[in-house]
Amino acid sequence: MIELRVNGRKRRFRGPAFKRLLDVLREDFRLTGTKEGCGEGECGACTVLIDGEPVNACLVPVCQVAGRRVETVEALGTPEGLSPLQKAFLEAGGTQCGICTPGMLVTAWAYLRSGGRDDPDAIRVALSGNLCRCTGYQQIVESVLTAVRRR
Amino acid sequence: MRSRRKEGPEKLTGVAKYIDDFRFQDVLHAVTVRATVPRGRIKQIHFDPSFDWTGVVVATADDIPGENTVLLIERDQPVLARDEVRHVEEPLLVLGHPDRAMAYDASKHVRIDYDPLEPVLDPERSSTVFKSFEIQKGDLEAGFAEADAIVEEEYRVPHQEQAYIETNGIAAWEESDGTLVVLGSMQCPYYVHKALLPIFPRDPGKIRVIQAATGGGFGGKEEYPNIIAAHAALLALKAKRPVKLVYDRHEDMRATTKRHPARIRHRTGVRRDGTLVAQDIDVLMDGGAYITLSPVVLSRGILHASGPYECPNVRIRGRVVATNTPPNGAFRGFGAPQTLFAAELHMEKIAKTLGIDSVALRRKNLFRLGSTTATGQVLRESVGARQTLDRALEKSQYSRRKKAAARWNRVRKNPTWRGVGLATVFHGAGFTGSGEIFLKSRAGVRLTPAGDIVVDAASTEIGQGTTSILAQIVAEALDVPYEWIRVETPDTNQVPNSGPTVASRTCMIVGGLLERSADKIKERLAADGVRWPLTRAALRGKNLSITEEFEKPGEIEWDEETYRGDAYGAYGYATLVAEVEVDKLTYEVTIRDVVTAQDVGRAINPLLVEGQILGGTVQGIGYALLENVVFENGAMANAQFTNYVIPTTLDTPPIRVEIVEEPYSRGPFGAKGVGELPMDVPAPAIVAAIHDATGLFLTALPALPEQIEEAFHDRAPRQR
Repeated sequence: MIELRVNGRKRRFRGPAFKRLLDVLREDFRLTGTKEGCGEGECGACTVLIDGEPVNACLVPVCQVAGRRVETVEALGTPEGLSPLQKAFLEAGGTQCGICTPGMLVTAWAYLRSGGRDDPDAIRVALSGNLCRCTGYQQIVESVLTAVRRR
Repeated sequence: MRSRRKEGPEKLTGVAKYIDDFRFQDVLHAVTVRATVPRGRIKQIHFDPSFDWTGVVVATADDIPGENTVLLIERDQPVLARDEVRHVEEPLLVLGHPDRAMAYDASKHVRIDYDPLEPVLDPERSSTVFKSFEIQKGDLEAGFAEADAIVEEEYRVPHQEQAYIETNGIAAWEESDGTLVVLGSMQCPYYVHKALLPIFPRDPGKIRVIQAATGGGFGGKEEYPNIIAAHAALLALKAKRPVKLVYDRHEDMRATTKRHPARIRHRTGVRRDGTLVAQDIDVLMDGGAYITLSPVVLSRGILHASGPYECPNVRIRGRVVATNTPPNGAFRGFGAPQTLFAAELHMEKIAKTLGIDSVALRRKNLFRLGSTTATGQVLRESVGARQTLDRALEKSQYSRRKKAAARWNRVRKNPTWRGVGLATVFHGAGFTGSGEIFLKSRAGVRLTPAGDIVVDAASTEIGQGTTSILAQIVAEALDVPYEWIRVETPDTNQVPNSGPTVASRTCMIVGGLLERSADKIKERLAADGVRWPLTRAALRGKNLSITEEFEKPGEIEWDEETYRGDAYGAYGYATLVAEVEVDKLTYEVTIRDVVTAQDVGRAINPLLVEGQILGGTVQGIGYALLENVVFENGAMANAQFTNYVIPTTLDTPPIRVEIVEEPYSRGPFGAKGVGELPMDVPAPAIVAAIHDATGLFLTALPALPEQIEEAFHDRAPRQR
């Protein structure tokens, strides 16, 4: 049995130790906000925070997060109560088809929390591991900038 | 109005349900078993006896209750191959197991024996022509006789992968009343419905197709979901259980459609002052193994092949042929990015040949009000070509930048060369010619007894903002708040067939139907004595529903036989100026600056229009510089995000967008299409900028460092 903390709540997983964290979150904990895009750590759609650091959940066996802190998009806000970061994405056009959005938000969240600067180039570097095919990134960068400025 | 995306909050919180997020009781996870050779006769299918097949359900072509055909334009493509295969990854059977890993395991224990046949992998050597077209205007020979110079070149464009971040996926089950339900990631629910009917003959009302939240399409989910839906439904009916069929990335890239590669030859007669007098263009597209949408892609390709320029004598010939690769299909721009790349780069070549400025050359020939296109269409209104050119030149400070780049290049010790290039394109909005008449699209607005205003249309939200703009158009027409409008989920049991969500037709065509529906509702309400500003209380109890059907505008005349007349009701126009930097050591190209001006008629929602332009521009940057589909023996060899590289945040510069609005009288509030136009313009502008930087005239995409290096070796460029 593996114990971990997901979005502030203690969770237990009974199953194969090498099951991908992505599948454990989606299938066992029913947190389907985290998406699969490529399954090989290239697209960043499945980004979650492990002890505050953005990580591709498709590359992490669940045994590696035993005793650690995992945060997903579900920890950010709800449709009725969006977090300031989510509000900024809504205002600046940071989401289009929405499939990369949870991973993008989680990466941006880590940037915000680590004191990321009001600097589009730094934001581009921070988000460079998250692919988006819809937006051309600019409105995502503007969304994060908006959130940084309101922090 | 920069209204916020209607479905945004669900997407931003992970609440929106994409197909892989749905759970079903007793579901089977399905896997497709596919051909491993580009062409062969199927001898036998072996199921490894050492594997435990308990719990595995297998469906083959023999289980198909109706016709073994994926209905689209032709009936040439089987749902599951029975006797022969014509491309690698052609589906042979579908199997399912309650455990997804076990289903994958089982699929690896199926072996197929073939009698191999010689594949055709070079379109130049194909003897099977799926479709050919010819456009004729004026007298070509007389035109060439008038020319002071004749400029010839051949251009090549490769496959491009749509690379939506959500892979394809569909779930299917049969309800107790015998309704076959299909739910999944798709652009065109009614295409799926139409394709399923001949395969599973039953009352049309007993097939119900519902769109789940869809994670991008770009054309890649226009026709291919027909096949996935058929496979999932077949297995669900055989197993009598729900089936979920979700592709992994590798399978999605290898098996599904891509942009058609093309070879385009230009032969152009020009006067010394740059006036075009004759254009002879030949287009060859590679369709892959089955017809799918190839005739229509070719059609759009040739209709845009002459670029946005007037020329009195034109011949455009095109053909799309069969090869033994997976079928190519719809991808944003649908044939136009291919031929416009050639057309625009050829303008650079002509300018270079004549020794004149390429902007002046464009200006001289560019479409204006009253111009006649290659098909003889007179452009009566909404021609913003010149405005986009002027605005892009001004905002980019084109001349100043070009001079600065030349100064930079004179300094030998600088580690890079810099160059500035531009392109101007046009793009027909909506279906070609009579297409909209055949579609007979319907969409409507409904008031519910509870006082809700509902939009009924089959147009899908796939990221571009359908839900938001349709709601905005209805809100604006009815003069009520945007928040009051609810857009119904595209579900063939709930909404009328408003046609496919393709070809930049949603806003202009479907939006137009909704504007008319809303106007009629407004009239009825006014006749009932309802006064504005409307209140929700005034709407309560008004059970009113209006559905409008597309009517051909009287002034539009198109001849499908001769390819003459009004190919499109209106065109969008775009100009893009790019500044690039080429590393002298590695030949890597970096984009320093991009300015693009685009005439969209009217921007219903500028935030979403900018989003479309930015996204399309970056796909075009990928097409120009990065995206390289490698084929080996008829199969995509780099079918992963690790080695098929699409742009990241670091490959894309900040992009400045200028919206030009030349309204079209038939579009809702003047709007024309915007979705595809931005994809057409970056590649030729970027390659022109590389030319300006290096002196190399590249004629093929993508402009990878190795291509630039090769060109340096081949063509003895200017010394630096």
